[in-house]
Formats: sequence, structure tokens, C-alpha cells
Amino acid sequence: MSIDMSQFYEVFFDESEELLAEAERLLLGIDIASPDAEELNAIFRAAHSIKGGAATFGFMDMTEITHVLENLLDKIRKNEMALTAEHVDAFLSAKDVLKMELDGHRLATAVDQEQVANVKMMLKAFADAGGLEIKPTPAAPSAETSTPAVEPVVETASVAEVVATTATPALETTQADDGIKVFSIALPEVTEKDLNNLKEELGLLGDVTSNKQENGRFVFTLKTDSSQSDIISICSFILDPNDLVITQNSAAPAEAVAAIPVVAEDPGFGLFTDDVKSAPVTPTAAVEGKQDTKVKVHEEVGYGLFAKPGEETVEEGYGFFAPFAPHKDAVKAELIGDDTPVSAEAQAAAKPEAKVAEAVSSEVVKSAATAPARRESDKAPAASAETSSIRVGVEKVDQLINLVGELVITQAMIEQRVSKLDPINNEGLINSVSQLTRNTRDLQESVMSIRMMPMDFVFSRFPRMVRDLAAKLGKKVEFVTVGATTELDKGLIERIVDPLTHLVRNSVDHGVEMPDKRKASGKPETGRLTLSAAHKGGSIVIEVTDDGAGLNRDKLLAKAKTNGLDVSESMSDTDVFNLIFAPGFSTAEVVTDVSGRGVGMDVVKRNITAMGGSVEIRSALGFGTTISIALPLTLAILDGMSVSLGENIYVIPLNLIVETMQPKMEDIKTVTNEGLMIHVRGEYLPIIPLYALFKQDTEIMHPTEGVLLIIEAEGKKAALFVDALVGQQQVVIKSLETNYRKIQGVSGATIMGDGSVALILDVPTVIKMGQSNIKQGAYA
Amino acid sequence: MSTNTESNVENNGAEGSVPSQEYLTFVLADESYGIDILKVQEIRGYDAVTKIANTPEFIKGVVNLRGLIVPIVDLRIKFGLGNVEYNEFTVVIILNLGTRIVGIVVDGVSDVMNLRGNQVRTVPDIVSSIDTKYITGLATVEDKMFILVDIEQLMTSQEMALMDSAVVH
Repeated sequence: MSIDMSQFYEVFFDESEELLAEAERLLLGIDIASPDAEELNAIFRAAHSIKGGAATFGFMDMTEITHVLENLLDKIRKNEMALTAEHVDAFLSAKDVLKMELDGHRLATAVDQEQVANVKMMLKAFADAGGLEIKPTPAAPSAETSTPAVEPVVETASVAEVVATTATPALETTQADDGIKVFSIALPEVTEKDLNNLKEELGLLGDVTSNKQENGRFVFTLKTDSSQSDIISICSFILDPNDLVITQNSAAPAEAVAAIPVVAEDPGFGLFTDDVKSAPVTPTAAVEGKQDTKVKVHEEVGYGLFAKPGEETVEEGYGFFAPFAPHKDAVKAELIGDDTPVSAEAQAAAKPEAKVAEAVSSEVVKSAATAPARRESDKAPAASAETSSIRVGVEKVDQLINLVGELVITQAMIEQRVSKLDPINNEGLINSVSQLTRNTRDLQESVMSIRMMPMDFVFSRFPRMVRDLAAKLGKKVEFVTVGATTELDKGLIERIVDPLTHLVRNSVDHGVEMPDKRKASGKPETGRLTLSAAHKGGSIVIEVTDDGAGLNRDKLLAKAKTNGLDVSESMSDTDVFNLIFAPGFSTAEVVTDVSGRGVGMDVVKRNITAMGGSVEIRSALGFGTTISIALPLTLAILDGMSVSLGENIYVIPLNLIVETMQPKMEDIKTVTNEGLMIHVRGEYLPIIPLYALFKQDTEIMHPTEGVLLIIEAEGKKAALFVDALVGQQQVVIKSLETNYRKIQGVSGATIMGDGSVALILDVPTVIKMGQSNIKQGAYA
Repeated sequence: MSTNTESNVENNGAEGSVPSQEYLTFVLADESYGIDILKVQEIRGYDAVTKIANTPEFIKGVVNLRGLIVPIVDLRIKFGLGNVEYNEFTVVIILNLGTRIVGIVVDGVSDVMNLRGNQVRTVPDIVSSIDTKYITGLATVEDKMFILVDIEQLMTSQEMALMDSAVVH
């Protein structure tokens, strides 16, 4: 192939990562005693897809691991081996190794070769230990996922019938004793380069020899222990699999190939023209359907093969449709309609064209045999995933969100202007504008929802972590997630992962007690850790709850005292619990039941505050602890208080405002007749006049004439003096740095309803600036 | 000052082998300036700007340009051309300097001219409020002198303090 493969690397990396995550989720959820066949298949598919991709891109290390993994999974999937907890562990470590290798390719991080080898050995050992005893398999689970395309189903079914009536037992798949199968792969016309590529790729599976046919096409003969679907997957990177004719046999491979043109050219077979081509990939229905009927279907190595198709009669064949049809109503309807003519035709065609039919059957039987179980189950979910989502770059979404933001502003401007018009003379216009308002709001909501991702994205990584951690600590923890579908802005999702990881780890480590201790205190041995997410008002609340020991108020207070923190016995529980967020309030000295609660908790709190959120702790001694995080739904929009100063409007983040007040003269104090202070409920707070800080002209020079906003950030409080409050509103945050530069004391800008620009104050910096100004005596 | 008196209309023929370049010319007080037209995004009237604290006087503030926050520089103040007033003729030229968008306030936009290389004279060593390295040359058309400014160099320079790297206090 002449195209540069590297451009597809990213897609492969993304997909593999998703597949690995999916596989892990399934592995963790699997019921070891009676694994769900569909889940096993899904895990198998994930491994298989990664293998196919890795092989294509030449990541041989990943191919090797997935190959052994796949072999083992295949055995379990086919009930040749029982799934054990050790298997799950092995699969999980294989997943870790794959992730490591993936990162190695993607980010050039180090890959621990020893670990890779260990896992490979382990998987191999399992696979070998499983024995080679072959049991008949129940009907492949893909029967439920019958192909949605109605026409091909009907047609394929009849082809299969022809096969059933005419095929001789000799056409059974030949399989060497050692599991090596011989496939012949007839290619459509391809360039020499593709041919070589293909040969190389197939070479990964086994021995390939190529033969040139008289018509200039090539036929590969492949000796491999891989399945046909593996071959199709590999080929599909280079060719349209529908153009391939793959036969698994020991007979002359050319026979089936030669038959194809005959079939295609035969007018009586018009119905099959397309079908023959697609037969290798779509014959599921027929095979699956048959498995339900009297037809004697013999399962050889899990592939639905017709052991003695000769026994089957056409009349009996009609019966196939009945059990098959209920799977899909549409199919049923179609089948009833087409039943007779199709079959009649098939029959008619079958007789004079016995040879053709035979050839077709050899192909159909084989492909039908091998393809369905895997191919269909591969395809059905993939197809539905494709139609239900599209991959779009984040920048495109952001651009869309920006544009809608502009639209909202423009709409607000129109609304403002319209409100000044005479309502009677302009009734029509006013009505239209209010409709525009509604539509714009709906549009904004839908567009914002594009960036929203379910919390599951974060939650899904914890079951594994909790499982491993609990196992390491010898604890029993049941992990429950609630509200995983709650949606949150992608930007926030990415930033919440670290704090949440920390909290969950803390809960397992320090919250949940050891089983014997739990038993002694009358609790079930297995601790319960709940991670929940829910919408409350304009924010999302994420809670980490454990039913462990709870926080000990007295010990916290004692610890705080020894740390020299300002505490008193009369503090509320909330204040006491919040002590664990104090920087340095950590593990140094072990306070048994709260040990470690505080490692990095200040970092957790800081991260969450930086996202515009807040953290709260609820705890009851002996009953457990809940850490509750409230976050705004999105980063792009801020709840702000707009204030005026001279001609300008400034926006202050609402969550940083404690209260607002109009001070009385007697509450305002000075120190050495310079820095102003306000006495609020026993606290003296510095007054920061914004006009002096930003050197703005205003007529209101004294705090008693204006408004004081008590702001708090990073544990410091101050009273910001502005002219007046304008209102509370949601604003869209815009960066000043895009076209300008960072301004001290300003975190960004926003566009107000009238189209003017308002600056958003960076409250922590403003407090710092105010303090240094006071020290310098910049204003009195 | 009589080297070349062709009008810009004649220049549009662009005959001869000397490469030519199009300039947007504007007026600052009594002086005429020219900048590369390809750097100009649009021209708009002077609107109310939002002042920004603790910035040099020539940075008027920021405006909302269809959702973008764009800083506005008053070149008259920067070039020390006194008598700065804002009236209905005051114009803002929005410049697109690669990744950044910046507006400059001028007294008025006059013309678009096509100047050939041989019409541009070098700058003598003079003292001015902007470094002569930002002046690419002087051109005379119809007895008027145009100062050709490398506006991208100037706007991204440290002295304009429009970029973060320029913040050296």
C-alpha cells in the first residue's frame, strides 16, 4: 500500500486504548462461575481487533501477546476450558502489558520486557494446560445479533440450502491433526505492492505461498492455525473483504475460485450474483437458523459445519426460516414474502448447476462455517457504534461552542434593544425575538451537551484500582458506582480524575477497616465503597462514600493542636473535618484510625477549588465518611457577580464571594491612618479599593458610598471596594491571552449583553496585590 | 521629493520587472504611513474600549470583535503625535499578525497604493519615537511622503508590550 501508515497510528492507538479499557471493564464484571458467552466474546473481540491492528502497523510485541491471549480466550469461549479467577488475573495483567506496550509505541515510554515475557509465559501455560479436548459448542451467541440486512439474509439462506442439498460430505473442512488448517485465498485484481503487503501480513499467521492464475489474479495458499476471520481481518486492511474468496480445504483451491465467475455469469443465478461475493461474510443467518432445526449440524472446533448436508432435504430446509425469523421482525416479514420464490429458484438453479452449486457450497459451507461466529459478532456492535457516534476533534466542538456563545450574546443584544421599543407597535417583532431567545437557549444547551461526557469515563477506572488495592491490603471491598451516566464537561472530567483517585485510594486504605475489625464492630466483613455522581442545581455533586471507621473528631483536634493550628473545642464538626485539608496536616505521626487522611488532601482541595468547585466532608465515627465534591457543569461558563467601577464593569466569580455589604462609618478602621480595614463579625479584613488597584477614575472614593464584597481565596479574606453591584449572571469566559497578554489581577474577559467587554477578576491575585499595596501605603 | 509622481492607478499595471507591493496608507496627525495590506484584516470605526489596569497609555484597552477579545493600540500616542482626539473619523485598523489580532487607532485611512521596489527609499538616520528598524523605507507619491512601517515587527516588539514575553518590569 502506498499510503503512509503512520497517519493511522493515532486512530489505532485511540481504538486500542478504548478496547483495552472495555476489555478490563468486562473482565472485572465477569462472573467466573458462569461467564456470559457474549462478554467472553466481547473480550475476545477486543484482543482480536488489537491484534489485527498491531499486526498491520508492525507492532509485533503487541501482536504476540494478543495472539496468546486470543488462543486462551478462544478455548474458554468455546467451553474447552473453564474460566478461573487465575485466568482473569492473567488477562488483567496481559491488559496492563498491552497498555504498557501501547504507551511504549505511542509515547515512547519504557516497556518492561521481563513483565511482557512473564505474562506471555503465563498465558501460554494456561493455554497449554487447558488440554485439547474438543467439546461440541452450543449455538454461537451471535444468533441474536442476526445481520440487519434483510435481503442478503434471505439470499444467503437459500444459497446455504442449495449447499445443504447438494454438497457432499467430502466438502467438509479438512483439518490437519495439529490444528493447522489450509486456506486458499483468491484475490481480486490487486497491485503488486498490495500483493506483497498482503503476503507479508498473512505471513504473520503462517506459511504463505502465492500462485498466479490464468486470469492474472493470485491465489494464496496459507497454512495456519488461525481462523478464517483472522485472515479476513488482516486482509481487510488492504482489500475489501467482500472481494476475497477464502476457502479452507485440502482440495484444489482453484476450484472454488473458478466457480465464482460461472455463478456470477449464470442468468438463472442472478439472485446470487452479489450474494456469492458477500457470502463469505454474511451467511450467519442461514447457519444460525439451521442450528435450531432438525438439520444435523455438527460443530467442528466451534465452527458450524454441516456434517452430513446430504441428509438434508429442501423441504426440511424451509423449516429453517421459522425458528430463525423471530429473531428479527423485519426479517420475518421479508422471509415470509420471499420464502417460496427464492427457494424455488434456488432449487431450480441448484439442479442444473450441480457443479456450480457444489463449488459454491464448498465455499459457502466453509465461509459460513467459519465466518459467522466471529465475523458477525464482530460486525454487529461495530456497525451500531458507527451509526450512533462520530469522532470529532475537540477543537471543532470548541469552535462550535464559541460560535454559539457569540450567537447568545448577539441574541441578548437584540433582545435588549427590542425591549426599548414600543410593545404595541412592534408586537410582531417582539414575539419573534422571544421565539429566537428560546431557540437560541435550546441550541446553546444542545451544543454544550456535546462536550459533556458521562462520569462513567472516570468511574470505569476505579473498579480495577479498588480491586487491586483491596487485595494488596487484605481488605474486602465492594465497589459500587451510582449515577455513572451523569454528564460532565470533558475538560472537568479530565481534571477530576486525579483528585478522585486520591480520595478513592484514601477510602480503601484508611476508611474501610480490616475484615476482622469490621466483624468485631458488628459490620459485614466486606466494606462498601460507593462512588456517586448526581446533578444538583447548576452543579454536579460527586461523592466518595465508605462505611468504614469514620473521622474521629477528638483525634483530629488533638492532632491539629500539636500541629500548632488554631483550633478550639467549640468548632463545628464541619470545621474540624475540614482540618484534614490543611496543608501539612498529614501522616507524619500516625493517628491510627485517621492515619494518612490528609496526605495530599490539601492538593485535592486546591485542585477542586481551581476547577471552581468545593469539597465537603460528612462523617460519623464508626459509620463511615462521605467526601462530597461539587463542581460547576462546565469550565467555559462562570457564575459571576458583575460590579461597576467608574464606566467599567468587572465580573467576580460568585463562588469566591462570601458576602456583600454596605459598610457603616464606625466599622471602618485605619491602621496608622493608612490601610483601611473593616470590622465584620469579629474579624478585621483589609479593604482593597479596586479603583486604586486598577487606577480607574470613579466618583465614589469612600467605602461607605460604595459596596464591599467580602472575597475569599486560598484561605485569605479581604473586602473588595467597588462602586455598586450590577447583577448576577452566567458569563462565557474568554481568554485575554489569545490576542493580548496576561494582566495581573485579571483571569480573563467576557462579553456582556450589550457587546462590551468586561474583565473577570482573578481573586487570589487581587487579594495579594491588595496586600502589597497596603504595605506600600499606595492609598489611604 | 520629485522622484516619482505616478499615481497608484498607473501603478496597478505593474509593468517592468521590479516587484511591487500593495500598501494601505493612513494618516497619523500630519504624517502619512503605509503598511503591508496583507496584514490588514478589516477597518472599523472607533468604539468604546474596555480599559485595562496598569498598562501603558497607548494601549487603549480591549474590544469585542465578534467574540474575540482584541487589544487596541493608539499609534498616535505611541508615536508621540500629540493632539489625540476621538471623533467620527477616527478609525481602527484590525491587523492580523499571524496568530494574533490587534487593532490600531489612526486618524484616518487614505488609500491603497501599489509601490514598486524602486519607488522606496531607504530611511536616513533620524531620531524618532519609534526605532527606525521598524521603518522599512520611505516612498514618495504625488509629492507626499509615506512612511512604510513593518507593522508586524513593530506590534510584536517588546516595546509594544502586547505579548507575554514582552512583560519585563
